[in-house]
This record gives sequence, C-alpha cells and structure tokens, in this order.
Amino acid sequence: MSVRILERVQLSEMVFKLVFEAPLIARKRKAGQFVILRIHEKGERVPLTIADADTEAGTVTVIFQAVGKSTRQLSMLSVGDEILDLVGPLGQPTHIEKFGTVCCIGGGIGVAPMHPIMQAMKAAGNEVIAILGARNKDLIIMEDEFRRRADEVLITTDDGSAGFHGFLNLALEETYLKPGRKIDLVVAIGPVPMMRAITDMTAKYSVPTVVSLNAVMVDGTGMCGGCRVIVGGEVKYACVDGPEFDGHKVDFKSLGERQRTYIEQEKQSDEHYCRCLKGGN
Amino acid sequence: MDMKERMQLPRTAMPEQEPKVRARNFDEVPLGYTPEMALIEAQRCIQCKQPACVQGCPVGVNIPAFIALVAEGKFVEAAMKVKETNALPAVCGRVCPQEEQCESKCVRGLKAEAVAIGRLERFVADFERSQGEVACPECTLKTGKRVAVVGSGPAGLTVAGDLIQRGHSVTVFEALHKAGGVLVYGIPEFRLPKAIVEAEINYLERMGVEVRTSSVVGRIFTVDELFEEGFDAVFLGTGAGLPSFMNIPGENLSGIYSANEYLTRSNLMKAYRFPEYDTPIVRGRNVAVVGGGNVAMDAARTALRLGADNVYLIYRRSQAEMPARSEEVHHAEEEGVQFKLLHNPVEYLGDERGQVKAVICRRMELGEPDASGRCRPVEVAGSDYEIAIDTAVIAIGSGANPLVQGTTPGLETRRGNYIVADETTGQTSRKGVFAGGDIVTGAATVILAMGAGRKAAQAIDAYLAELPDK
Repeated sequence: MSVRILERVQLSEMVFKLVFEAPLIARKRKAGQFVILRIHEKGERVPLTIADADTEAGTVTVIFQAVGKSTRQLSMLSVGDEILDLVGPLGQPTHIEKFGTVCCIGGGIGVAPMHPIMQAMKAAGNEVIAILGARNKDLIIMEDEFRRRADEVLITTDDGSAGFHGFLNLALEETYLKPGRKIDLVVAIGPVPMMRAITDMTAKYSVPTVVSLNAVMVDGTGMCGGCRVIVGGEVKYACVDGPEFDGHKVDFKSLGERQRTYIEQEKQSDEHYCRCLKGGN
Repeated sequence: MDMKERMQLPRTAMPEQEPKVRARNFDEVPLGYTPEMALIEAQRCIQCKQPACVQGCPVGVNIPAFIALVAEGKFVEAAMKVKETNALPAVCGRVCPQEEQCESKCVRGLKAEAVAIGRLERFVADFERSQGEVACPECTLKTGKRVAVVGSGPAGLTVAGDLIQRGHSVTVFEALHKAGGVLVYGIPEFRLPKAIVEAEINYLERMGVEVRTSSVVGRIFTVDELFEEGFDAVFLGTGAGLPSFMNIPGENLSGIYSANEYLTRSNLMKAYRFPEYDTPIVRGRNVAVVGGGNVAMDAARTALRLGADNVYLIYRRSQAEMPARSEEVHHAEEEGVQFKLLHNPVEYLGDERGQVKAVICRRMELGEPDASGRCRPVEVAGSDYEIAIDTAVIAIGSGANPLVQGTTPGLETRRGNYIVADETTGQTSRKGVFAGGDIVTGAATVILAMGAGRKAAQAIDAYLAELPDK
C-alpha cells in the first residue's frame, strides 16, 4: 500500500510540505483529523495532522518540521518517491458550528493543522481571527493561506522581527482580550508550553478554548494507550477521544512529561542515522 | 512396534534453548521436534475409534488421522490433513493451550501423559514450510459473492481461509500496516516467530485472499460503506484491543506502559532492534509487570530480553489462580522473572521529571471464592511497601475497541461495548454482518477466536448461498 509524493515544498529552514496521492483519505478526512505514515520497513509510525486535502485531486497534505530522524528522512524525499504506508483519517474531527467569533491560534508548526480548522470555522459562518506565531519572521508559515480566508490575521514573533513582539498568549491578551473584543471560542495548536500559556490566559477571561494534543502514540486506533492524557481528571486517549480537548481541563504537566519519554533514544537514533549517512554504521 | 511397547513410550520432550541464554535473546524458546522425535511421539497415539481429542479442539482438527500420517513418515500429507480444518497450524501448534483442549481429552493422559498433539502439529506445519513453497489447494469455483473481513487476527484469518476455499471473494481490512493482529503485535518473537505468521498469511494470499493493510474500518470505510462498495457480507473480528488500566495514582507517569503498547513497540515495530529500527522503547533496569495472564508473562519475558536486571511480576492472587498457561509461567520462572504474588500496586511514584521511580505494593491474602470461582484477594492492612522501578507494564486485560461499533448504526452491543453475536453463527443484529473472536467474547485465546471464525464462516457461506446471484 505504498503512497506516492506528488508535491514537495520547503516552507522554511526546517519546515516542509508534502502532498500525497491518497484519494480515499482525501474523501473522508475532516478538519482536525490526522494520518500516521511510515517511510520504510524499519521506520516508526509518525502521526501528522492533515494540513489540507483536495477531494477532486485525491490528495492529502502534511506539513512537518524536520526535527528527528524520521522527519528528516521524510524531508529528503522527492516528488515521485513513495512512502511505505499512510493510514487515516484518524481521530475525532473538530467540532464545527457557528460560534460567532473564533480565534485560531497556531504556534510554530501548529499553524499547519490549524489551517483546515480555520477553513471549516469560516465555512460554518464564523468570523475568524488567526494569530500565527513563530520564533522569528523566517519561520512563519502559511501566512498567505490564512490571509486568503481569515477575517483578520495577526503575526507574532518571539524576537519581534515581524508583527507583535512576544508570545502568543500576550498577543491574544493585548490585542483582543484586554481591549474587550468578544471572542466566543479559541482554538490553539502548538507546543505544549504555548498551549498551556494560552489556556491559562483564556481561563482568566473565561473564553472556551480547544487544544489539539500531539501525544506520543503508536497505532492511532486506541490500541496502545501510549497517548493517554488526563482531561478533567479522567484518562483519555488522544488518538480516538481526541486529538482535540477542552484546553481548560487538560493536564499539560503530565502531557509534557510523557512527551519527553524518548528524548534520550531520539538523540541516539539521530546519532546512529548521522553515522549511517556518513557511510559508517 | 507392538501396542504394549507403544503404551510404554514416555511423552517426547521438546528441546528448548537454555533459560540463561534465551532470557537475553529474542529467538524462539522451544526448538521443535526432529523427524525422529515426531515419529516416536506419533507412535504413542493409539488411534481411538471415538477420538475425544477432536472434541476438545475448537476447530475440530482430525487429530488421529494426521498423527497416523506422521507415524508413517508422511509429514507433508499430515500437514495437509491438519489444514483441512485449521488455516494456521504453525501458529496453533505454538500458542494453543493444548493442555486444556485436545490433550486434556487424550485417553493416554488418564494413566500416563497425553500425546503431544500440539508439538506434532507444530512439527508438521514447520516441516511442510521447510520443504519450500507450501502447496496451495486449487479453488476453481467462483461464487461471485464478496466478503469483507474486518481485522486480520486469528478470527478474521480463519474466516478468510474458509470462505476463499468455498469460492467467495474475500478482502481483509487491517488497521495496522501488517496483517496478523495479535499474532504480530502481541505475541513475542520468542514464542511465535513473525516469519511463521507471515508465511501463513502469504499462504492465504496465494489462495486469493486480498489483504488491505493500513485500512481502519470505522474511519476510512464504515460497515455501511462496505456494503455500498459491493460486499455481500461483513465479518467483524476487531479483537479486544483497548488496554485497561487500574486508575491508581501515578499511572500516567512516563515509563508506564500498557502491555499492548510495550509489546507492540517490541514485536510489531521491532523496538528491540532500536536504533536499527526507528521505534524506541524504554529499556528498564527494574521493571514491574502487573497481571497474571499470558500477556503479563510475554511482557515480563520481553523486559528480560530488553536487558532488565530485575523483572517483578506483580499479581494480586496466588500462582494457582493465574490465568496464564502453566508452560508460560514455568518459562518465565526459569528465565528469572521474580514473582511478587499476592501483591497489588496501589500507587506509582515519580521523580522530578515525571518518570516513574517506584511502585507501592500492598500485600494481599486470599479470601472467599468470587464470581469467577477463584479466591478473592483481600488487602492486608498496613502492608504497603515500595519497590524501586524505572518501567512498569500494565497487563491486566483489555476491552473492546469501539471504532466499528460507534460507526455502525443498528449494531447491538452489550456491556463493555462488545458486539452481541449468536454463539453458533456469529450473526449480529445487522443483516449480513457477522462477528467473532475477542470482540464478542472479551479477551480469550487465539484458538477460541479461530473456532468462532470457523462457525461464522459456515454461517456466512450459508447466508451467501441464499442471496440472489448478481
């Protein structure tokens, strides 16, 4: 069941977009769902949220950051190459309805999975504000796509090289919450500390907030329980109960700790890979 | 050899790897019979006119007939005889609890030891495979009827094998990237080499079964959509894939696995060969495995092979109540798993990084028998103590995976989200939809799932015969 790459774009130094030929998944997927891919026989199962899909062309797009061995290998594939398998769509779709004003906040690579959610929220008749953050202006991705659809787009950078100078939670507060702009729902996707900061902020202003969790998982169908997260004191599986949850109920501390389970092994895998690339083993 | 001599032969032992050696490698533990051993063991079968052993087999293998062929040295023919009713003989010869089934009924067992039926089954299947390409029964009949099998574990593979032989077109949908279900993700290499599962699935494919991996029914297709796609019947064999936890404090700490995850990482993803394979696994030095079933034994023995210094098997009852096969318990003990019987974990403690560092155990004692007929474990007050660990594996059972039930309107389920299906036909509350295996009964054994698959296949065949031709 190998899957062909139809398009490859480098979006920033570390961020890549791949478009796969996957008509069945393209037909079924909804905003908020993800796929799991495996590059080769020895590869791990890599979960990636769907960044876009085209039913007519039969394609599914993922956007990822080349941070470990698997994602670096993925980034080195070319148009016409095939990966071994792609399974999906997995997870519950985003709950879409007309809320009023929805603020879609993407941090770093989290901007990519926000893209279909933003589109679906807009299509449901919401006024959509998008806040896109990155460490610096070169790392901002998909700005044009968001500008085409969203009613407002605010760019933030940690170093102030573009847009609002500072973290996303402060941008949200300074620009919208403090001035008293009515926001009916916040959807936030990004690194755990960022989502945690956003939910702390929106709790202060009592704005309902949905987050999408990228827990470590293997099968993506509820079988391994590796992706368990504590939500409202209960154990939930990010793969089948999520990946989206009420951000005010998520135990981010536990999530962050579980995400760091394999830090040592990831380093080892990376070093092993580098040696292999140099011809040693 | 005359009957008297045959009656005096002791049960032939099967050679196995030395415990100290095998506890550090993933190679198969029992090495299997040689042809000489098989010839001798086959002599022990007295060819009963009314063979009780066959009654004990959930798929009704003609045991005396295949053993008679072994005794004549016709090993390949013996394998073909087994395959008439069992699509996965090399698997069953290894993982069936024969001591509770066929061998428990063997008349030789009344006065001495039962004939080693399982070892002989394994031998003939392995012998046939070692002879190169396994012969494939020709099936020229084509009914034009299409069956979708959801899940490629023991139940689904049995249904697929039976129905393809009856001329139906069969497509198996598997959620993972590899077919085999629990045979590939759950049971470790040292108990069931994956090459054997692959060979058995390859055999089904050569008979014409189409296997579609990475296809999650309930997501990519619903059951209704399978009918819309032109399938005439659907078999649901999705298994008991949802891991259970104890819901005690600290269970979410890093380093605590469900047995499903631990075994899937090691078996399916080959994390034991990390970093050659990309999937990591925590190689704990002090590992606690909680539970007393076969899965707990598999997890404990896997932990040893991943290099643990101490593996503690924590079980709240005594050894007599353990649901694991005695052979598995015996193997685990021989290899050095430390049994903490009448112990129950009550809390996990973590370090500052959220990594598990200890389990608090409470001692238990046996009370009155409970609903399962086993003595109920009762807590001993004030008996808590700490065991230092860096990894824990929870192997206390698993529940029904909900993906199909949640997306199939009109499919009746019972408590625990198991599918309600007729015991003799597998018929569910939905027309044309059948189910069997763990998704109906709750977690059980490979062979019971195969038995359910066998019955469902008969019912599906009858159902298809009633449908008008397309």
